[in-house]
Amino acid sequence: MTVSILLFLPIVAALLVLLFKNETVKHAALFFALVELGIAAYFLAGFVPDASVQYAIDAPWIPKMGIYFSAGIDGISMIMVLLTTVLVPLIILTTYKHEYKNAKAFYALILFMQAGLLTVFTALDGFLFYVGWEAALIPIYFICALWGGENRIRINIKFFIYTFAGSLFMLLGIIYLYLQTPAKVYDLRGFYDLSLTLTQQSWVFWAFFIAFAIKMPIFPFHTWQPDTYTEAPSAGTMMLSGIMLKMGIYGVIRWLIPNAPAGFLQWQNLVIILSVIGIVYASLIAFNQKDGKRLVAYSSIAHVGLIAAGIFAWTTQGVQGAMIQMLSHGINVVGMFFIWDIISRRLNTRDISQMGGIAKVAPNFSIAFLIILLGTVALPLTNGFVGEFLLLKGVFNYNIWFAAVAGLTIIFGAVYMLRMYKNVMQGETNELTAIFTDISGSEKLVLGIICVLIIGIGVYPQPILHISEAAVTNLVNTVSAKFNNAQF
Amino acid sequence: MTTLIIISVLPIVILYLGLYKVQKALLPVTVVGLLAALGAAVMQWDNNAEPIYHGMMLFNNFSVAFSVVSIVSTILILLLSKGYFERISNHIAEYYAIILFSLVGIIVMVSYHNLTMLFIGIEIMSVSLYILAGIRKSDFASNEAALKYFLMGAFSTGFLLFGITLIYGSSGSFDLDVIRDWVVTHPRNIDPLFYTGIMLIIIGLCFKVGAAPFHFWTPDVYEGAPSLITLFMSTVVKVAGFAAFLRLFSACFLTIAGFWTPVLLVITIITLFIGNITALYQQSFKRMMAFSSISHAGYLLFAIVALGAGSANSIFVYATAYSIASIIAFGALILVRQQTGSDNFEGFNGLAKKNPFLALVLTVSMLSLAGIPLTAGFIGKFFMFSGALAHYNFWLVIIAVVNAIISIFYYFRVIIAMYFRSAERAEVEVPAYYKFVLGFSAVVTIVIGIYPTFISSLI
Repeated sequence: MTVSILLFLPIVAALLVLLFKNETVKHAALFFALVELGIAAYFLAGFVPDASVQYAIDAPWIPKMGIYFSAGIDGISMIMVLLTTVLVPLIILTTYKHEYKNAKAFYALILFMQAGLLTVFTALDGFLFYVGWEAALIPIYFICALWGGENRIRINIKFFIYTFAGSLFMLLGIIYLYLQTPAKVYDLRGFYDLSLTLTQQSWVFWAFFIAFAIKMPIFPFHTWQPDTYTEAPSAGTMMLSGIMLKMGIYGVIRWLIPNAPAGFLQWQNLVIILSVIGIVYASLIAFNQKDGKRLVAYSSIAHVGLIAAGIFAWTTQGVQGAMIQMLSHGINVVGMFFIWDIISRRLNTRDISQMGGIAKVAPNFSIAFLIILLGTVALPLTNGFVGEFLLLKGVFNYNIWFAAVAGLTIIFGAVYMLRMYKNVMQGETNELTAIFTDISGSEKLVLGIICVLIIGIGVYPQPILHISEAAVTNLVNTVSAKFNNAQF
Repeated sequence: MTTLIIISVLPIVILYLGLYKVQKALLPVTVVGLLAALGAAVMQWDNNAEPIYHGMMLFNNFSVAFSVVSIVSTILILLLSKGYFERISNHIAEYYAIILFSLVGIIVMVSYHNLTMLFIGIEIMSVSLYILAGIRKSDFASNEAALKYFLMGAFSTGFLLFGITLIYGSSGSFDLDVIRDWVVTHPRNIDPLFYTGIMLIIIGLCFKVGAAPFHFWTPDVYEGAPSLITLFMSTVVKVAGFAAFLRLFSACFLTIAGFWTPVLLVITIITLFIGNITALYQQSFKRMMAFSSISHAGYLLFAIVALGAGSANSIFVYATAYSIASIIAFGALILVRQQTGSDNFEGFNGLAKKNPFLALVLTVSMLSLAGIPLTAGFIGKFFMFSGALAHYNFWLVIIAVVNAIISIFYYFRVIIAMYFRSAERAEVEVPAYYKFVLGFSAVVTIVIGIYPTFISSLI
């Protein structure tokens, strides 16, 4: 079995769900997403956690141009595949209480997007990577623009243009690398073997960096994010924040730094500073948010800023921290947006200041909310802690002052998150919140799974760290070797 | 050569059919005749052709490939014309005949091996087009279009002819091979008049393909002419213009590229910006397509600026993708216009609810024109960018990327109107012919987008 089955199944599924009726299509979508999860689990069971690429496929696609359908799973990709295949069924489950108009198209787009995401996470060919990158963008644009809130048209065209602009520059970077390879191939390993001059690497670095920085997003490329997250339908927000932004982070680890190590080192300080500014900036704005979904959106920028800083510090610990934090952040942020989806569906508002005392009327909900919140603020024994600790360690090794400022994210995060919890859940129940009914059915299931994952990974992160350890170590060493060997 | 003969005889047959009032047979006969011409063209493939008729024509793979694109596009366009010409005129046979005459000129333009044949081909094509643009005799805009096109066209043909004469004066021949040999053997002492000739030819050809700053006729002519004629001009004619352009420059002037490349570079950049930025401000879908066709001319010029072994193939792929997408766009426009009576973007509001098929194919077309992956348009842009980067034209490609981003705004306006804006409207009736042409074009767009291998190494 090769990874291609993982990439093509969602496309087939996306076409098949179109045959179902609008009322039953969610079950079909969930079924296919679970099959996909099953395949990923099968891959995981047979996965050998060394640095090698497994389940690889390498078929000619446009051989004349040096383009091959080349994909495979190593430790880093395995984490991303797990992230995607676990979250997509969960996200589909969160939509069970929604009645979307034209639901067939909605689920088909989600499944199609999953194919694009998995392509990005497993591609070993520059062209394939780019195609997957864009194939994930088109469906999410339609999801957000068709089922989103009031200002969806204006906001989503901004989002689309932002990300499309970034990716076109990345395409130039990819073509440029291709032209430098002696064998004229788009193969990633061919790219790794190149030895470019410092100037060349700087150009390549920026071509890739802009694309990834927009996707994550890193300050000052973040301006599309809060609006898009707020206006998107909740499932779209979860796809964007839970999985799609990881495309940018993954891209940095796999495509940016190893392809242009010297260019990266030259700009390392700047990009870390940008990441750290993003952390503080987003946290400060999050303090003042009245809209709960928007608050979570800003907190996501802060968390991603820390992940970016940890990667840009480029130590094994930092990158390992980024790997596990990508998984944890995906789980937590999906949980958080689901919490706000539940609240806004019941109360028809997301205004924090109008709420209070929900804990009294909805005890199960308040427990789940609290656990997800603790995971988000990185309390020890939750999943958030493991990753943020390693990330901060990575930044600390690079520069103690950066680490000190980046560490503020934990304090800030705790303050605005707990304040949000206090305002929403505690205090006296008022007229608005008295009607709040506790969670049931699919809501209970989703929040239950998320809580188990948060605590499970928090208490025993070793298996997950183990998956990516060899691959990350190998990658970090390759890059440092490449840098040491180069003469400038 | 058989292709050319078939397409030349066909319009005469059509005219006789018109004379005897067999209106129903016009379209089938035309299509069957074109299919025969298409078959004859394909038979020529890989024949290692030599120049024939004293070096006048050369039917090599290049000309076969572009003949095939032109003929297939013409067939698709003619299929869309079912019922269209009847509504705007009584002389239907003339339409078919003139379009076919124009196609004769186009086949000559893609297979010439002698500058006189280039001139004759361009003239056969252009004279037919002048008539076609003004074929709605009582319509003011159509008349204006025809007159404008004729005056400007005659002017530019003058430039072209003057250029050809100067080149003849310097090199002593109209034959492409002889001119090339003359350029190669006289690297040091090329006559200034020869360079002037190249410049004049560039001006003449840029006019024909609608590249800025020689584009002023395009918006008015495209808007004034009947939609199907606009479609024919902006796809088949433009593609033929580029094929002729490329054939001349790659055959003769490759070794002195350092002289004319900077000129074309400037023209390309101006074309991209003027086409895209003006398209942004259009309220009419048809006019937007006119300006976007200017910007596509800019992308197509990439292959000539970065002239190399892959140029022919890049233009071929790009032109195919662009033509197919345009056919969908204009087909949808004609249908929507029949219902709403206007060319404006508002006419598309809420189309997706009533006509999901039409909205879907038009979306595919817009995505392809915008160059989004998994469509043919992306493959075309990808080839163009690769070619230009291989020649180290970094700034050109960065400018092209900026323009690709600008183009998203206006292409997505249609998608937004169809899917995200609502309007009270009835279902647009889509005839079976349209369903076939639009569906076929959309499928081809996606197939080329996913698996371009078969088309990527033809020429």
